[in-house]
Amino acid sequence: MQSEAMTTVPSGSGAPDHPDLEQSSRPLTGTAGAGSSIVRATKRPVGEIFAEMGRSESDLRRFLLGLPGVDQVGAEARAASLATRSIKTTAKLWALEMAVSMVDLTTLEGADTPGKVMSLCAKARRPDPGDPSVPPVAAVCVYPDLVPVAKRALAGSSVKVASVATAFPSGRASLGVKLADVRDAVVAGADEVDMVIDRGAFLSGRYGLVLDEVRAVKQACGQAHLKVILETGELDTYDNVRRASYLAMVGGADFIKTSTGKVSPAATLPVALVMLEAVRDFAELTGALVGVKVAGGIRNAKDAIRYLVIVNETVGEAWLDPSLFRFGASSLLNDLLMQRSKQLSGSYAGTEDFSIA
Amino acid sequence: MTKSYPTQESEHDLETGSIKSDDAVGKGEGAGLIGQHEPCSPKLPATGRAGQAVFEYAPAPESRSIVHLQSSYGLFIDGAFVEPLDGKAYKTENPATEELLAEIAAAGTADVDLAVEAAGRAQKTVWGPMSGVERAKYLFRIARIIQERSRELAVLESLDNGKPIRESRDVDVPLAAAHFFYYAGWADKLEYAGFGPDPQPLGVAGQVIPWNFPLMMAAWKLAPALAAGNTCVLKPATTTPLTALLLAEIIQQADLPPGVVNVLTGAGSVAGAALVAHPGIDKVAFTGSTEIGKDLQRALAGTGKHLTLELGGKAANIVFEDAPLDQAVEGIVNGIFFNQGEVCCAGSRLLVQESIAETVVEKLKRRLATLRVGDPLDKNTDLGAINNAAQLDKIRELAAAGEAEGAVRWSPACSLPERGYWFPPTVFTGVSQAHRIAQEEIFGPVLSVLTFRTPEEAVAKANNTVYGLSAGVWTEKGSRILWMAGQLRAGVVWANSFNRFDPSSPFGGYRESGFGREGGRPGLAAYLDV
Amino acid sequence: MSDERVAVRKTYKLYIGGAFPRSESGRSYVVESFDGAFLANAALGSRKDVRDAVVAARKAQPRWAGATAYNRGQVLYRVAEMLDGRRSQFAEEVASSEGTSRQEAEASVDAAVDRWVWYAGWSDKVAQVAGSSNPVAGPFFNFSVPEPTGVVGVVAPQASSLLGLVSVLAPVLVTGNTVVLLASQERPLPAITLAEVLATSDLPGGVVNLVTGRVDELAPVLAAHRDVDALDLAGAPALLVADLERAAVTNVKRVLHPAGFEPDWTVAPTPRRMLAFLETKTVWHPIGI
Repeated sequence: MQSEAMTTVPSGSGAPDHPDLEQSSRPLTGTAGAGSSIVRATKRPVGEIFAEMGRSESDLRRFLLGLPGVDQVGAEARAASLATRSIKTTAKLWALEMAVSMVDLTTLEGADTPGKVMSLCAKARRPDPGDPSVPPVAAVCVYPDLVPVAKRALAGSSVKVASVATAFPSGRASLGVKLADVRDAVVAGADEVDMVIDRGAFLSGRYGLVLDEVRAVKQACGQAHLKVILETGELDTYDNVRRASYLAMVGGADFIKTSTGKVSPAATLPVALVMLEAVRDFAELTGALVGVKVAGGIRNAKDAIRYLVIVNETVGEAWLDPSLFRFGASSLLNDLLMQRSKQLSGSYAGTEDFSIA
Repeated sequence: MTKSYPTQESEHDLETGSIKSDDAVGKGEGAGLIGQHEPCSPKLPATGRAGQAVFEYAPAPESRSIVHLQSSYGLFIDGAFVEPLDGKAYKTENPATEELLAEIAAAGTADVDLAVEAAGRAQKTVWGPMSGVERAKYLFRIARIIQERSRELAVLESLDNGKPIRESRDVDVPLAAAHFFYYAGWADKLEYAGFGPDPQPLGVAGQVIPWNFPLMMAAWKLAPALAAGNTCVLKPATTTPLTALLLAEIIQQADLPPGVVNVLTGAGSVAGAALVAHPGIDKVAFTGSTEIGKDLQRALAGTGKHLTLELGGKAANIVFEDAPLDQAVEGIVNGIFFNQGEVCCAGSRLLVQESIAETVVEKLKRRLATLRVGDPLDKNTDLGAINNAAQLDKIRELAAAGEAEGAVRWSPACSLPERGYWFPPTVFTGVSQAHRIAQEEIFGPVLSVLTFRTPEEAVAKANNTVYGLSAGVWTEKGSRILWMAGQLRAGVVWANSFNRFDPSSPFGGYRESGFGREGGRPGLAAYLDV
Repeated sequence: MSDERVAVRKTYKLYIGGAFPRSESGRSYVVESFDGAFLANAALGSRKDVRDAVVAARKAQPRWAGATAYNRGQVLYRVAEMLDGRRSQFAEEVASSEGTSRQEAEASVDAAVDRWVWYAGWSDKVAQVAGSSNPVAGPFFNFSVPEPTGVVGVVAPQASSLLGLVSVLAPVLVTGNTVVLLASQERPLPAITLAEVLATSDLPGGVVNLVTGRVDELAPVLAAHRDVDALDLAGAPALLVADLERAAVTNVKRVLHPAGFEPDWTVAPTPRRMLAFLETKTVWHPIGI
């Protein structure tokens, strides 16, 4: 439905003199066929953007502060207006199933055990034991030391293993420790790594440090895809969310993610809107498609569908795919299943009709 | 066979996005007549998983069954619905389908006499002598009942006017209730309104309202007039009588004394003209086109009748290079496509700083591709039908003029329903102040885009018009917002926003956009002898 | 030999753009006292004089409106000082024009000065009375400020040559408007002397422009002029009013209707005459981080 610029054709995935940026050939699971002339032809390699942002803190600050501001009232009004979309019948069913396939089923508790993780993985592979037509979720998300358990439990399935890393959730540790954290996860077999940015550095204006850390983590990820958590609840302003999104994307993020889920407020519709706008603008600029993950606070299907509407009307159909949009959640899954069963059967289900993770 | 408007730059097959008869719009009456409400741009091949359908919003119709349409309606005079004395009637239609909705009474001069006499009697014997405290309670009742019957009013408004249900539900009806609420509270506090210790009402108000916000305009007129102690004879627009008639029913439910409010449906040239000329009318309030407003001001010359006018506009929506761009694009869209652009204060001229003009226009075009044009009763519709055939002709004429005078016309490729009055969202770039489409009010979903270099130039271009109703300013710099606000000759200035309304916020224009204000404390002045 | 000293009689001219030109038409007319005695030849203004006056008023308007309220108040107060200083001159002119006793004339002049002082004090207060911050239902700072309408054409009262004149002129000025004033046709002299006062009071040129002459010839020109934003028809002859209001429609002028009879100008005024020439401008500003 979203036309034109969303159907991008890659024009090169990074300047050759920045080897660490070669990884930024993001999955272009978009429409290949519609590379029509409406698409803006002049994409710029990410490396060039990086060079433009400059080497010094002050250059970088100038670049970030030069990005268009975000008016809070206007952004929240737009998000609220999109939330009034009425998604019914066939559209609702489609959205519910798509949402299920976008879930990163998550357990990030101090009390996590192998047993807990195995149980989660079983649910991830087969969200509804009574209905094999329900798609599996996108991934399972755990702490690094439980990655091996998840890998074994998910062997042979399409469900990915995502691991948080970099001294999640606070990120308050030395770079060495954070990178070791990443390497442990990667060695254990994580397909995806969810890192946190250094909010202390960001809020004290050390943007270069934030950027360098993302790049370093991206390098340590190897083949694993990198999600960069901005922790938008701590960034406070939408202007900061926009700037942090850019830092993450230029640093090599495959996904930008709202929250750790450990801080409130976590994901909100306006924050997602701002991040999706940043991702859209970045795609316009460079041709690279960066995904968005909303995490924390998405409790029910109605919320999830609202996010999908925002994706649809901000960045377009190419992002309506687990390779470019994810929900970080746990209790959401059963509500999606419950609403799906209501759509299919016409009557309301009970809570015990769905297995717990 | 769909109706599509040829666009300059569309590279897509205009036949995509045809009406799907099996995707029935809704189960209510009129289902299938309107057809699809797809967003404007045609569908691209599916993304994501192979064979997966794209995220098509299924029809989400608001049910019509909540509205009980009568086959015919009378005039509301002296507390009762009565037949017009000469029995004349006309039909009102649904502009989205051209379906006839009901037969409406056409008031003649004799009916006007009756209504004005009833209003005069009620003012002298009941409403005028009544204390403000008691008047207030009637107005609070009316506000409450509007809220209780809000869904019914919203559906009826969309049926009769053609505007999307989302707007009548979220804007028109709530604001109508809010105006009654706000002015109810003034009724017993007039001595504190700043007009002296004992301001007196003017008497009987003759009020003529337009078709673009039928219920809301009725509320804007009735609430302050009644609060101030006047009685009213209201003439709704010819093409949109239904919600005013339902409001009359609500007024009956509220037990408002007979004659305090009277509603005369009919032709402007007959009922409207007779009303404003009637010697029993002390005050005339008119909202409508500048042309008719001037006719009215001329007709009232020398009569000593008080007059307030709320007329047309050609507002500038000014976007600076340091504007919050994504929100500015939303503001541009809202400014000209809210209510199909049939708004006196519409931001019909985009004045964009030259340095970002290309960026903004690109973003705007991309954004317009997500606008959904179609069935007003579908909850996902963004742009509804044009209210009437005459207005559609005017829009077409001016759009053609725009092309003829060399501006570049663009619309997202839209398929429009076969029946009804429809016009796609349209953008003209390369417009200058010397063009007709920069000077004349189009009153439709047509945006003219001009550029400027400096704030001074923006002000000069914005003020270079006979109108002066509203303006928008988009920038992150607060001092510039306040400077621009001071320089712009407009009665309402929206900073980093557009089309915001509130009963406490005075609304009205400079120069040929009219005089007098509605809303807030100044809104009372129109109905008091001050 | 003691001859009575020959008076150097005043030439009564127009007051346009801060200067005292004669009428471009070269015409004049005889102004008589209440009992028919010759008082002076006053300029018989023409439509071109009115046109020039409007041009001057329009040119002066942005600066006058842009002055601080404090500044406007000070200027107007100085006018009152000058008026008071010329009290006896005015009293003589009022007495001979209107046929009142010297005492009544002096009382009238005193009232005029006091009225002028009253209005001068409004300059920095009317915004507080007519303006507001409005509690809208949303995250916006919403405020309304009164702004001057622009160029106002005023037809001064025919009978009350100073008090009535001051009562219609001062409110228009204090609110930041500029004026094209048509003096009383039969009793223009106090108006012209007032113009001299204005010229010596720091009032910028063009803020007030005075044209004397035939009201039925000049008022229609003002009424039809598209660069005049509003009209005060206080002194318009009853038979002319409907035509003037019709002519005013061309650019939707705000028209202050005459009362129908000349009111008792000694009655204390209300803010009405100021509010009539003020526009309310309302601004919405989002509140956000």
